[in-house]
Amino acid sequence: MNVNQHTPMASPYGQPQPGYGQPGFAPVDGGYPAPYAPYNGPASAYQPGPPPQGPARGPPTSGAPSAPQQYSQYSHSQGDMQNGPPPMTQAPPRPAASQPYNQGAVNLSGPQPSYPQHYGPQPSMQQVTNQMTGMQITSGPPTPAGPGYGTFGWIYISVSQPPVNTAYSAAPPHSYTQAPPPASSAPTQPPAPSPPPPSQQPFNSSLPPTSQQQFTSHAPPLPSSQQTFPPSSYSGPAPTPSHAPAPPVSQPQQSFPPTQPPFSSAPPPNSHPAFVSGPPPPAQGSFQPRAPPPSSQPGSFPPHGPMPPQQQPPPSQLPPYHSGAPPPRVQMPPTSMAQNNHLPPGPQGPPGPPGSMQQPPPQPGIQGGYPPQQNGAFGQVRGPQPGYAGPYPGQPNYGAPAPAPAPAPAAQKRLDPDSIPSPIQVIEDDKAKSTEPFATGVRGQAPPLVTTNFQVKDQGNASPRFVRCTAYNMPCTADMAKQSQVPLAAVIKPLATLPPDETPPYLVDHGEGGPIRCNRCKAYMCPYMQFIEGGRRFQCGFCSCVTEVPPHYFQHLDHTGKRVDCYDRPELSLGSYEFLATVDYCKNNKIPQPPAYIFLIDVSYNAVKSGMVNIVCQELKTLLDYLPRENPEMDSVVRVGFVTYNKVLHFYNVKSSLAQPQMLVVSDVSDMFVPLLDGFLVNVNESRLVIESLLDQIPEMFAETRETETVFGPVIQAGLEALKAADCSGKLFVFHTSLPIAEAPGKLKNREDKKLIGTDKEKSLFQSQVGFYNTLAKECVAQGCCVDLFLFPNQYVDVATLGVVPVSTGGSVYKYTYFQALSDKERFLNDLRRDVQKLVGFDAVMRVRTSTGIRATDFFGSFFMSNTTDVELAGLDCDKAVTVEFKHDDKLSEETGALMQCAVLYTSCSGQRRLRVHNMAVNCCSQLADLYRNCETDTIINFFSKYAFRGLLNNPTKAVRDTLINQCAQILACYRKNCASPSSAGQLILPECMKLLPVYLNCVLKSDVLMPGADVSLDDRAYLRQLIGCMDVPESHVFFYPRLLPLFESGSLPVAVRDSEERLSKGGVYLLETGLHLFLWVGASAQQELLLNIFGTPSFSQIDPSLTSLPVLDNPFSQRMREIIESFRAQRSRYMKLMVVKQEDKSELIFRHFLVEDKSASGGASYVDFLCHMHKEIRQLLS
Amino acid sequence: MATFPEYITQNEERDGVRFSWNVWPSSRLEATRMVVPVSSLFTPLSERPDLPPIQYEPVLCSRATCRAVLNPLCQVDYRAKLWACNFCYQRNQFPPSYAGISEVNQPAELLPQFSTIEYVVQRGPQMPLVFLYVVDTCMEDEDLQALKESLQMSLSLLPPTALVGLITFGRMVQVHELGCEGISKSYVFRGTKDLNAKQLQEMLGLIKPSATQGRGPQPAQQPLSNRFLQPVQKIDMNLTDLLGELQRDPWPVTQGKRPLRSLGVAMSIAVGLLECTFPNTGARIMTFIGGPATQGPGMVVGDELKTPIRSWHDLEKDNAKFMKKATKHYESLANRASTNGHIIDIYACALDQTGLLEMKCCANYTGGYMVMADSFNTSLFKQTFQRVFTKDVQGSFKMAFAATLEVKTSREIKVSGAIGPCVSLNAKGPCVSENEIGTGGTCQWKICGLDPSTTLALYFEVVNQHNAPIPQGGRGAIQFVTQYQHSSGQRRIRVTTTARNWADAQTQIQSIAASFDQEAAAILMARLSVFRAETEEGPDVLRWLDRQLIRLFMFHLRRSPFLQVFNNSPDESSYYRHQFNRHDLTQALIMIQPVLYAYSFNGPPEPVLLDSSSILPDRILLMDTFFQILIYHGETVAQWRKAGYQEMSEYENFRHLLQAPVDDAQELLHTRFPMPRYIDTEHGGSQARFLLSKVNPSQTHNNMYAWGQESGAPILTDDVSLQVFMDHLKKLAVSSAA
Repeated sequence: MNVNQHTPMASPYGQPQPGYGQPGFAPVDGGYPAPYAPYNGPASAYQPGPPPQGPARGPPTSGAPSAPQQYSQYSHSQGDMQNGPPPMTQAPPRPAASQPYNQGAVNLSGPQPSYPQHYGPQPSMQQVTNQMTGMQITSGPPTPAGPGYGTFGWIYISVSQPPVNTAYSAAPPHSYTQAPPPASSAPTQPPAPSPPPPSQQPFNSSLPPTSQQQFTSHAPPLPSSQQTFPPSSYSGPAPTPSHAPAPPVSQPQQSFPPTQPPFSSAPPPNSHPAFVSGPPPPAQGSFQPRAPPPSSQPGSFPPHGPMPPQQQPPPSQLPPYHSGAPPPRVQMPPTSMAQNNHLPPGPQGPPGPPGSMQQPPPQPGIQGGYPPQQNGAFGQVRGPQPGYAGPYPGQPNYGAPAPAPAPAPAAQKRLDPDSIPSPIQVIEDDKAKSTEPFATGVRGQAPPLVTTNFQVKDQGNASPRFVRCTAYNMPCTADMAKQSQVPLAAVIKPLATLPPDETPPYLVDHGEGGPIRCNRCKAYMCPYMQFIEGGRRFQCGFCSCVTEVPPHYFQHLDHTGKRVDCYDRPELSLGSYEFLATVDYCKNNKIPQPPAYIFLIDVSYNAVKSGMVNIVCQELKTLLDYLPRENPEMDSVVRVGFVTYNKVLHFYNVKSSLAQPQMLVVSDVSDMFVPLLDGFLVNVNESRLVIESLLDQIPEMFAETRETETVFGPVIQAGLEALKAADCSGKLFVFHTSLPIAEAPGKLKNREDKKLIGTDKEKSLFQSQVGFYNTLAKECVAQGCCVDLFLFPNQYVDVATLGVVPVSTGGSVYKYTYFQALSDKERFLNDLRRDVQKLVGFDAVMRVRTSTGIRATDFFGSFFMSNTTDVELAGLDCDKAVTVEFKHDDKLSEETGALMQCAVLYTSCSGQRRLRVHNMAVNCCSQLADLYRNCETDTIINFFSKYAFRGLLNNPTKAVRDTLINQCAQILACYRKNCASPSSAGQLILPECMKLLPVYLNCVLKSDVLMPGADVSLDDRAYLRQLIGCMDVPESHVFFYPRLLPLFESGSLPVAVRDSEERLSKGGVYLLETGLHLFLWVGASAQQELLLNIFGTPSFSQIDPSLTSLPVLDNPFSQRMREIIESFRAQRSRYMKLMVVKQEDKSELIFRHFLVEDKSASGGASYVDFLCHMHKEIRQLLS
Repeated sequence: MATFPEYITQNEERDGVRFSWNVWPSSRLEATRMVVPVSSLFTPLSERPDLPPIQYEPVLCSRATCRAVLNPLCQVDYRAKLWACNFCYQRNQFPPSYAGISEVNQPAELLPQFSTIEYVVQRGPQMPLVFLYVVDTCMEDEDLQALKESLQMSLSLLPPTALVGLITFGRMVQVHELGCEGISKSYVFRGTKDLNAKQLQEMLGLIKPSATQGRGPQPAQQPLSNRFLQPVQKIDMNLTDLLGELQRDPWPVTQGKRPLRSLGVAMSIAVGLLECTFPNTGARIMTFIGGPATQGPGMVVGDELKTPIRSWHDLEKDNAKFMKKATKHYESLANRASTNGHIIDIYACALDQTGLLEMKCCANYTGGYMVMADSFNTSLFKQTFQRVFTKDVQGSFKMAFAATLEVKTSREIKVSGAIGPCVSLNAKGPCVSENEIGTGGTCQWKICGLDPSTTLALYFEVVNQHNAPIPQGGRGAIQFVTQYQHSSGQRRIRVTTTARNWADAQTQIQSIAASFDQEAAAILMARLSVFRAETEEGPDVLRWLDRQLIRLFMFHLRRSPFLQVFNNSPDESSYYRHQFNRHDLTQALIMIQPVLYAYSFNGPPEPVLLDSSSILPDRILLMDTFFQILIYHGETVAQWRKAGYQEMSEYENFRHLLQAPVDDAQELLHTRFPMPRYIDTEHGGSQARFLLSKVNPSQTHNNMYAWGQESGAPILTDDVSLQVFMDHLKKLAVSSAA
């Protein structure tokens, strides 16, 4: 893409392109050339810039150098195991603008006005982008090339196809190893590497390190400010030339600025991240992939040779850069800058824009100058870039599409998957970067990715485990928001379980008066309340209303205006905490009764025959001892009741005083009622004997049943009525097998009609068949009756309709199609156990309050809403997330940011009424670049998937898909237009933080829900649709992009590989998890020893594909595998049944379905193809 | 021929029949002039221990519209082996089995002493007896406990093959599945929703009879029991436990509310259950009620305690909002039950009313028992209930099921109707009169429950025209054919054929007058009065009644609870009328005019006038009103008793005196059904009011001084005394206005 862009770019920059792109690359290596070529392409694009620079920089050389640099960077990234890069990315994001900026600033300040200039340009979006580009470029510059690459990295240049491939997949692993010498060494050993390498290395080293460092060091804020300033100045200075000189570390950045100026239009920095990555990829690709790279690099180096000096200087500079971690960080700043990356090309363009990549090198100076930018750009970018590097390569592919543009042409033909942004790279980078606990105290700071293990310190904002936002820097105005199309949403999981090393929310008791709240907006006391008048009043952070402090709550303020007891009170110092609610917060002003759990078991023929009834009854005998309780010392106060049913309902009286249980049959299902009061809901301990007797008898009683018809509506009604009669809230566990066709309210008919798929009527299949369940759901919610549904269907059961009540009441649906006692028991039982044991709040109402300027406008999840503000949840458990979308209703201010407070009023499992409060503050920006720099793609995808899946109810599937694609294209186009440095239209420039957006979006589009394969039942789709609705980010992430682990190496947890068949080695064994499924894929030529260790048999053909668990073998490998599997299962809210897939077995089809980067059998595009398509869309929007 | 009284007694003993007139006026005109219609009290199952059931089936007249049974009044041509029907004069061939018939070899049915004869039907399956207990659980623990014990006890009284079932109700209705091991099962129904038999059948998962018949002979036996109705011998222990575990209805009853009692639905389900499992088989639904139905169909009062249950006052003002609807509900149930030959018994034990007024038809239409007591924890209930299961000398229950009574008459007379615990079968025929009295328009009635004392009043109309004289010596004949299910499970047919002479009123008025059975006539008229009081409304009826009664000199009837609702709740009136309508003449007489015996040192116990003048200080009075057995100690006797003279050996005679009425009372108590309320009171005792309300108020506060007599006790009432009544009567009798 970039390539394409390059070309265009080139044209703008005109000159170099050819020179750069090609030259640069070409120079690099014969081998590389190609790869680079792509890059070059980009480069060339950049070259345009370069041209100018060209002269100075000797585009070609630059190209070459750049390449190296890039490589270096890449190498870093790669060398670092890409981790390096990821970190970069991560780091960048976090550093958030502020840090990056700081760094940038630092650099800049130190560096030169050039930065300013860059910034200067930024002022305008374009400028910003320019800067970004500049940055990127700079980043590139840092290692002159690097920067360029960096930028490139972001930029997916079609050109770099080859590189791409190499870079990512191959490159990292093998190529590294091989080429590694240089690359790997380079990365890690950046310094060590030979001069050429050095140069690269420097960058690399500098980059990686810097990036990180920068992050830390960078004071986000500074960058931005600096940027802005610089721009102007830069604009002037822009003259790349200076850049060239700039080369020195400091310069790099500066130089960038200069470049920017030229690029100014395309804020390099920002663009960089994304796009740059593109270019880089090539570079990387080239790096990693190709051993040649090394050689090539060498070659490139050679070119660098000249550069080297520069590069070397860079090294020295590096430090500076490093400080900036420049490139990376810079990019970080880029976050804001991120875009720069793209621009980079451009920016660099000036410097090395043309071949930004190339140029960079050429313009060491520039780079130097750039570096700063790069820092910005790279900082952020880098992490990503590295990743991108890969991506870029991919881009090249795009380029291919775009190829038209000069550069790409050649390479473009076929995008190298390794050159396009790699999720794995990003994930690993982030992991490497997130070593410190994440403190929530800094406003607008994006947390580590969900795939990263990190500790959270609550310092005033809610932990990302509770709240994750799509953007941590919201646009100030609705116009901006609209322009960018980036959804503003938060995924809130109010009762999330925290890891053992984090403190659960404190319980605060404000006494009889209840929690202290703002008089006007009723927001609860929180850290955002400003105490004034010596502490006698407080001003609400949400609505600015001033409220008196009740005498009992009064406290003096210290000299900073904080209450002296600030740190003694969770509600004044923490982001999450709980209030004890008073009777005013209870339904009917009555302290609630402890909740009750009612088990409703289908005992029709199918249920008995499948063994379900027996299993449930056996399990309940022990499970009942694990009902949720708040104090592990105490017995649970939750009462239980039992109902069985087929076409009639059987209630059981299990009163402790009875000698034997009593069964009460209600056959009048048309008008459900509860036949008994006393003895239905009992305390487990008191009635243990009777309950056990009952559970023993149920399977016996119905062993001979011939009844095949079932009811469903009355079953829920029965539970609801029982709770009503007992005047308490609670949860129903319904174990159901078939379509309820018996004559009763809620009777359904089989409406599965595949012919409707793809038509306008398809949406009706997702809607409830009858209105009955919607009404029933409303009643359930009013009573606080949460319904969990366990389905054991053998055929169509109409999940879309049966799921209405569970979904509206905050319950869950579990589905075990073709349930077989033997193979599915484990999965079902584990789900059941977890479901019964997990903490849950009842009768909950959630309200999200926001500060003036934005408003929560839409909600997604399992709940019911009777008005537009209150989310009512009959039950809310620790796995349920609610996604909230915000819209502007006024202007936000950068100064105060945007605040949100999510308050959930609920009844705990001990019957206590409580309020859980989560506070979240995010920054606001007036520059789009800042928005793009602080996004969370995983969360955005979570939002998009929920939005789209809900849209299915009312729109044709195709329209939903198109809307998704369109919105993403707009997001990216907006970025390209406003934040990325100008570059050829053929370039695909992705924001650093969103470089995975296309791949993830493709996964959403390819999901069974939106694009069903022929073998996907309507029930499955409805089930998944409902399931996604309440998923939190970690789950949705792994659901859409499954984790694929190679298991044949010993050692600690292996690094995942991308979800593509290409990544599977015939000789290996892989584990794939989606959060719902767990596959163990065994290559046909897996080593005997391996098989022996895992399966206890050396023969591939003897492996039993029906295994659901691995044999327990006494060898470390087996043990480790089982541990890994267990740990996977422990991470997910649903138990994943292990499925052994042998290569070339039939079941491999199913498995392949989850290799989401490949073309899917149902017609889903491969990642590469989709990226190309996306690029086309973007270009369309831009033109 | 003996005197008419002897003739009457003899006929009653042999046939269980008493006619108002034993010689019938021969024309319609004359009959109507006689005010009291030709009518009879018929006790279909009057006990005839000497009557051997005949093990073959009756021979019927071949005319399709007649189908009368061969009887001693038929003319038989032994040679031609022919017999002539004495009702339609059809000549019939004897069936082949009668080939050996001759003057000296007559079948029993031709012998005059077998004017009443009982055949045993040999065909058809032997049906089990079915007892379905419908038990209210909304009552005090004490009551419930007593009831549970009674029910458990009753299981031991049932024949081992009898099927029993249990339905309990409170806020919900539960149909208990019997014989479940390890877990007790019941089907629960909402107390507010009526279900028809089909719905019920589906909901209870009962297999349709047709479905089971396909499976061959073995399964054919199965419909005889199902999960809800099983042989006592099989589920004796199970049911005993089940009853033992019965708990009070667990639904909370808030202050100021009545418990929600789904009686209407419970009965409906009971009827429905039997309807779809044992149609046309004798079955008793025994309903035990601790209070009024307060919800659902058949509710008679709301659950708000502040709203009292309807009184006569409310009824008059049409202020009983649930009454009509409830009555309709129970009537439809009663009709369904009677159609299927099922009996509904009601045992209502509560201090307040329970809605007998609305439910009376259930017992009345089906021949069920209605028992009213204050509590299940009283001997009145316990013994009455026990007495239901009394057995005769053959060891069979003294009850019969699913009976139909058919009346056949000679041409000159037709049947106008019947009054008693029966429903019409709407069988039109040549002997049905157009003039309806009671339940008319038919010659067949269904009596689902019969016991030896169940007595129907049957009214006839002489249709012979004045100008078509009946030949001298002609006799009018009436044949009663009662088909029923014996408690042994056999189907039996009892045939009673009677005949009376015709007499021309103008020439033989003396003999007609002499044949008047004033006791029978009194009861027959009383039934008619009660029937009209029950079924008709408005002042017209009252006026008619007054006119009729005055003309009939029925002073006590006029004051009895059967007609007089003052001081009685609607439930009580229903109860009294129910009992009056089903019992035989003797007992009915007691109900109208209680019997009063006096015990004193002056001589042996003697019956005394039911008059306030009989109440003397040195007497002990024993009053039997059928519903109450009351022992009243005169003022002096009471003082003696209080002083404890009976404890002293020298006053042993006093002890005997005290004991004598008690012994007599016990004897009465032992034989009576339902068990009367036993009251032991004395002069000035609060319960003496029962006595004082019955006696003729010859002395009241109005006239005691005028009479100036020292004896007797004045009654504080404004009721007219017999004296006044008589005076008035005399005046009316001589006036032509009558």
